[in-house]
Amino acid sequence: MTEQAFTDADIQDGIEPDMADQSDAPASDAPEASTVAPMNMIQALNSALDVKMAEDPNVLSFGEDAGYFGGVFRVTDHLQKKHGLTRSFDAPISECGIVAASIGMGSYGLRPVVEIQFADYIYPAYDQIVSEAAKLRYRSAGQFTAPIVVRSPYGGGIFGGQTHSQSPESLFTHIAGLKVVIPSNPYDAKGLLTAAIEDDDPVIFFEPKRLYNGPFDGWHQNPVSPWKAQALAQVPTGKYIEPIGKARIMREGNDVTILAYGSMVWVSLAGAEHAGVDAEVIDLRSLVPLDIETIEASVKKTGRCVIVHEAPKTSGYGAELSALVQERCFYELEAPITRVCGWDTPYPHAFEWEYFPGPQRVADALKSVMSGGR
Amino acid sequence: MTRNSRPLSLRVPEPSGRPGDAPDFSHIKIDAAGAVDRPPVDARPVAMLDLAFRLVRVLDDEGRAVGPWDPKLDPETMRRGLKAMILTRAFDDRMHRAHRQGKTSFYMKCTGEEAIAVAQGMILSREDMGFPTYRQQGLLIARGYPLAAMMNQIYSNAEDPIKGRQLPIMYSAKDYGFFTISGNLGTQVPQAVGWAMASAYKGDDKIAISWIGDGATAEGDFHNALTFAAVYRAPVILNVVNNQWAISSFMGIAGGLETTFASKAIGYGLPALRVDGNDFLAVWAATQWAEERARTNQGATVIELFTYRGAPHSTSDDPSRYRPGDEHEKWPLGDPIVRLKQHLIALGEWSEEQQAEAEKDAVEQVRAAGKEAEAIGTLGQSRPSVKTMFEEVYATEDWRLVEQRREVGV
Repeated sequence: MTEQAFTDADIQDGIEPDMADQSDAPASDAPEASTVAPMNMIQALNSALDVKMAEDPNVLSFGEDAGYFGGVFRVTDHLQKKHGLTRSFDAPISECGIVAASIGMGSYGLRPVVEIQFADYIYPAYDQIVSEAAKLRYRSAGQFTAPIVVRSPYGGGIFGGQTHSQSPESLFTHIAGLKVVIPSNPYDAKGLLTAAIEDDDPVIFFEPKRLYNGPFDGWHQNPVSPWKAQALAQVPTGKYIEPIGKARIMREGNDVTILAYGSMVWVSLAGAEHAGVDAEVIDLRSLVPLDIETIEASVKKTGRCVIVHEAPKTSGYGAELSALVQERCFYELEAPITRVCGWDTPYPHAFEWEYFPGPQRVADALKSVMSGGR
Repeated sequence: MTRNSRPLSLRVPEPSGRPGDAPDFSHIKIDAAGAVDRPPVDARPVAMLDLAFRLVRVLDDEGRAVGPWDPKLDPETMRRGLKAMILTRAFDDRMHRAHRQGKTSFYMKCTGEEAIAVAQGMILSREDMGFPTYRQQGLLIARGYPLAAMMNQIYSNAEDPIKGRQLPIMYSAKDYGFFTISGNLGTQVPQAVGWAMASAYKGDDKIAISWIGDGATAEGDFHNALTFAAVYRAPVILNVVNNQWAISSFMGIAGGLETTFASKAIGYGLPALRVDGNDFLAVWAATQWAEERARTNQGATVIELFTYRGAPHSTSDDPSRYRPGDEHEKWPLGDPIVRLKQHLIALGEWSEEQQAEAEKDAVEQVRAAGKEAEAIGTLGQSRPSVKTMFEEVYATEDWRLVEQRREVGV
């Protein structure tokens, strides 16, 4: 197994730097005995699909370019060849149709995993997700369910401009009946996707495409490091599950709690290091259901909370996190809760690094919080 | 650049009659019963294009069944169909009155459209999945779903099968092949295609059937459904119930003046049938044709069922504000119950006395079910436990729902 590194030049070149160089990404074989192998996030996600498809004939995968070609990001690579044309296939360019068909399949008893090529293009399916998938179980009193997974690459930091960079998670966390999951590393990506496929509720599974090929800490001038250097890139080749609804403490600390997910986990770690602050960095992993216990325990310990996300600030998921922390940890708080977010603008192209909440902004927020929020 | 001889002007379609006008259906072309050919079930869609612009009819003005589409039903099946239509109408009448009496918040009748859901509900099995709109109650009634359970849903009472969560008439009955109704129009059609794809994927023998109104064909979901149905050759019957009206908008606002709704199938490469929706036997025959096509793995069929919405859109609607008051009486395709009755009488298999008896019996059945449901309670008198409000949002309640349920005190 070879590891793909990609360079800054690749990133500057295009929005899909990994399209060309993932051709040798191996499809993992359904393992007899689970071994551990270094994987990038793409390979880990591919492995989750491969293992579940081998195990359960009701699991199938489809989306635009997701069949023969294996997806523009290669997440479904080799699945068609290995599992057959009807198990992993191409779909018309119709996000509404893709999700609607998956709901029909789910109500029949299948476990479809569909791909929306970019989260920025999920909106044509919004009615099907919000009005149908989310409410099927409730409105039919459990007669019909939608055990579907909607996978979609999301997030910025790749010069994706307005329609290849968005983080629309708050549009889904607001909807009763949906689960929203966002991994930040290969190990969690596979374990959480496996859990999502087995989950009986509809799961919106956002994949931070900036992390597909390596962790990205937001210091964009520096060369990108590959996943293989990370412990969380050592991925079992067989089946395992990371529970949905459980956060991961990425760094223990005593001064301030950072709540983050996706790329912002790595940015937050870099920001804490840059500020020299002993921050506890929590990767939420699952926004709905939320691991409120871990959050509460951490903030009660540190007395301070910084929330970091790429999505615009206003009515972003950070607002919900802030409200929850305020409600539950008011008497332990020693400074105002602070949010480091994308600006309330559409995602720009030329101003990538002014928009993207980088480690410097996180460090500034940490210092500010440590000095009482002033 | 060519200069306009006149300024451009915007056309906004208008119906042939408004309140106070005499109804005018002269623009509707109606084929004589028996006049339209019946293509073989394996006909290529391009070989049967004309059917999208004709009208398949079996029952003529004298009540005789004529032509190649005559399904040659046995009298007993026709009597069952007639009784189910009569029962559907009696049910509608009682529930409409129940709304007027304040027993529920809302109701929608299907007056004049009974033949469609009843015939199609009888043809397909409960194992097949129907994806109805809110105007296919005949499907449940034809399949013997308990009338009292329908009323419990309408009253949102303690025995409501869907626990008071949905607006009246948004039934859900999986065991009867009746998918949960959504208020969002058109969404169920591509879902039906997905369900049919799943059946094909599993090598099953079940098919799906969906309904959409003329108005909702303008939703993008309709286009998505037809695309997916054609691409994956899904075993599904896609019905368009053209009852001429989408609340107050006539079918011209949905694009029905430019072409027929059936013809919309043509561009997708799907076969299209256009059928007299008030002719029980024509609906039966066309559905059987589409069913056989689907079950033999030849894919989807679009059926436009040409009919007229006899009743107000809903209990919240007053059609006298946008269409001629007596338009329904002048509808050239008549009434589906009267036409099947006439046919059975002509065959010597039914009589006016039996008809009167069946109508009386339907009223009795509905009354008995009404008593049963009302004994449990009408809207506001009885309801499921408030605790159930928080259940089945997810497979298991998460901490938020537990906390919020406790906040309500249940």
